[in-house]
Amino acid sequence: MRARVLVVDDDPALAEMLGIVLRSEGFTPSFVADGERALAAFRETRPDMVLLDLMLPGMSGIDVCRAIRIESGVPIVMLTAKSDTVDVVLGLESGADDYVVKPFKPKELVARMRARLRRSEDTVPETLTLGPADAQIAIDVPGHAVTRNGNPIALTPLEFDLLVALARKPRQVFTREVLLEQVWGYRHAADTRLVNVHVQRLRAKVERDPERPEVVLTVRGVGYKAGTP
Amino acid sequence: MAPTSPPWPSNWPRPLRIPERLRPAGRRAVAMVRAWGGRPVLMWRRSLQFRVVVTTLLVSATVVVALGVVLIDRIADGLVETKREQAIDEAEYGQSYALAQLQSLGGIADPDLADSLRRVVANLSARGARAGRFAVAIQTDTESNNRLSPLYVSPAEQSNVAIPRRLSALLDSRKLMAYQFVRTSIGDGPERPFLVVGAPVDTRAGEFQLYYLFPLDDEVAAVELVQNTLIAIGALLLFLLAAIVAILTRQVVSPVRMAARTAERLSAGLLEERMMVRGEDDLARLAHSFNQMAANLQRQIVQLEDLSRLQRRFTSDVSHELRTPLTTVRMAADVLHSSREDFSPAVARSAELLQTEVDRFETLLTDLLEISRYDGGFAVLEPEVTDVRVLVRRVIDGLVPLAERVGVGLQPDLPDEPVVAEVDARRVERILRNLVGNAVEHSEGKPVQVTLARGDEAIAVTVRDHGVGLKPGEAQVVFNRFWRADPSRARQTGGTGLGLSISLEDARLHGGWLQAWGEPGRGAQFRLTLPVRVTGRFTSSPLPLEPDDRPVEAYGDHFDGSGVDGVTVPDTGAGRA
Repeated sequence: MRARVLVVDDDPALAEMLGIVLRSEGFTPSFVADGERALAAFRETRPDMVLLDLMLPGMSGIDVCRAIRIESGVPIVMLTAKSDTVDVVLGLESGADDYVVKPFKPKELVARMRARLRRSEDTVPETLTLGPADAQIAIDVPGHAVTRNGNPIALTPLEFDLLVALARKPRQVFTREVLLEQVWGYRHAADTRLVNVHVQRLRAKVERDPERPEVVLTVRGVGYKAGTP
Repeated sequence: MAPTSPPWPSNWPRPLRIPERLRPAGRRAVAMVRAWGGRPVLMWRRSLQFRVVVTTLLVSATVVVALGVVLIDRIADGLVETKREQAIDEAEYGQSYALAQLQSLGGIADPDLADSLRRVVANLSARGARAGRFAVAIQTDTESNNRLSPLYVSPAEQSNVAIPRRLSALLDSRKLMAYQFVRTSIGDGPERPFLVVGAPVDTRAGEFQLYYLFPLDDEVAAVELVQNTLIAIGALLLFLLAAIVAILTRQVVSPVRMAARTAERLSAGLLEERMMVRGEDDLARLAHSFNQMAANLQRQIVQLEDLSRLQRRFTSDVSHELRTPLTTVRMAADVLHSSREDFSPAVARSAELLQTEVDRFETLLTDLLEISRYDGGFAVLEPEVTDVRVLVRRVIDGLVPLAERVGVGLQPDLPDEPVVAEVDARRVERILRNLVGNAVEHSEGKPVQVTLARGDEAIAVTVRDHGVGLKPGEAQVVFNRFWRADPSRARQTGGTGLGLSISLEDARLHGGWLQAWGEPGRGAQFRLTLPVRVTGRFTSSPLPLEPDDRPVEAYGDHFDGSGVDGVTVPDTGAGRA
């Protein structure tokens, strides 16, 4: 099945070029040129992935990102011309899973997209638990469902992958670089800000008090590990 | 019988005693200054007000003292003169009276002598009303010239009178009326100042000396009163003057101080700070001008800030506006490049060129943006404690493919123990990549040495090549933007011409040095020196800028040159043969 990709970009030439590349790589792209109509187009096309330019006429990419994130956990990859920390972190905090900085190589973009679309094809029933005993988080891996004391928690696929990666090896401390490789699919050391921002987003959903995390613990100077009962 | 010039009374209450009386006041002032907390010298240097007040006080005190001295002198002179005239009048009268009374006496042996003398003295002293109170004495001067001869004094209770010897001697020798100011006592009383007038009375009965003793108590009292009054008035005057001067200078100084405070606040960044303008005087004009200056400064600063903001915006916009089409171009080039097998050779080559040049364009754009970040002043150092050996190794590993392609050996010389320094790894790596890349490009096949060393305060990396080297003066200009050693040279790395400029800025951002050395034929060496700690300072680099390998290199280059000649000559010869 060809993955459907919604490209939100106001530059017609870049959009067309992206279309050519994406089609040749086996995606089915659809296009929208401004932020106002992006949400409507998203609801209409129900894409498997969104490529989102951060600077858009009408509604800014950040706002579009937030709006989509409210209704869906669909993977969002930002296209940004700015690599300054402020811009990147703002984009990630608004809900984007990953970003590529213009001018990017087509192969790089496709690799990022494939990494986001990759699904663990687990059919073996697997249930993981983590967190404190009185507020345990249960993960149904093939069912992509997370519950705390039976109450479902909605996670984006990326957040789910991050949580599963930590939960599968509860005693191991993961460095940010290892997480980048396992969850985002980066082969070389990349931007560790990705990990920091997404751990924060994940904590906001799974922790009782994100200020005092019990599920995703920080190991100072090293990285993160799962909180065990 | 003109009066002889008077010997100045040695013990006259001289006005010069004033300074002594002022001393306590001076001590008080000094104590006051000390109490204000400043050493006077420091206050003198620091406070204009203090200086003006002190100067005014000193000058006016001198004037007041001088005036006082002159005034008291004049008053005292006047008083004494009056007294003297009265006294001499009185004495002349007494002389003629005594002469008349004693004329009839027969001689020294006359039995009436003593009585007559007593009577004369009594009558004369009874006249005391006119010249104030005085005592009269007659000394009978015998041939034996006995100074202690009977003395007739009136009032009688003041009989124990000491007539100054100098005066009686003067009278003796000159036979003229004379006077003297003395300090003596009458009877058992304390010593007081007197004006003693002596008049010779020559009779047939003998020579007598008539003395008038005028006490000068009143005059002394008068002068002292005047003197005290003058001191009091002078002191009050000085105090008032100091106060007035202090108030006046305060009026001038306080706006100046306010201006200084305002200027300090302005320079501290409080651009809204202004001075209060009151009235239309010079100080108001100062305040007005000051405010105008502050307003102008503020406008300029705001303008500059706007410009800086504008530049930042511009950089950001250029970044976005250029990057988006570049992305399209790049993707298009990539698509073309990946299917170049299907094209004719010319088109395929074009696709390849397009691909590489797009890469180069992107590098140039990135470099330009980096430079503009430095120009805009918003490049930020992100230091972390790093083992610089790791950076050097990473850079060398990254450049090995290029070095192999051009046939250049890379020879790192790294210490065995870690070389730890607080640096921005990304920037240091960029500097080193630039230096080593340049060295490889210019080394003409000879090895490139990279040496790392650590000192107490700084670390240093030198990158040495043995290529054409730098011409005199080029060591300074290599860091200029878009400067190229030889524009016609074939380029292998496709550098942007901004690399060394960015490296220099990177080094400066660390508070470090980036220097170049080179000589034609001896190659070039670049040295990067960085402080061990970000805030640290250093004065010398652990590695020398100029390498000490001269003989070997000179020989090698010479050999190369002669080799070329050696080939050329036989060639021509062979052609002829």
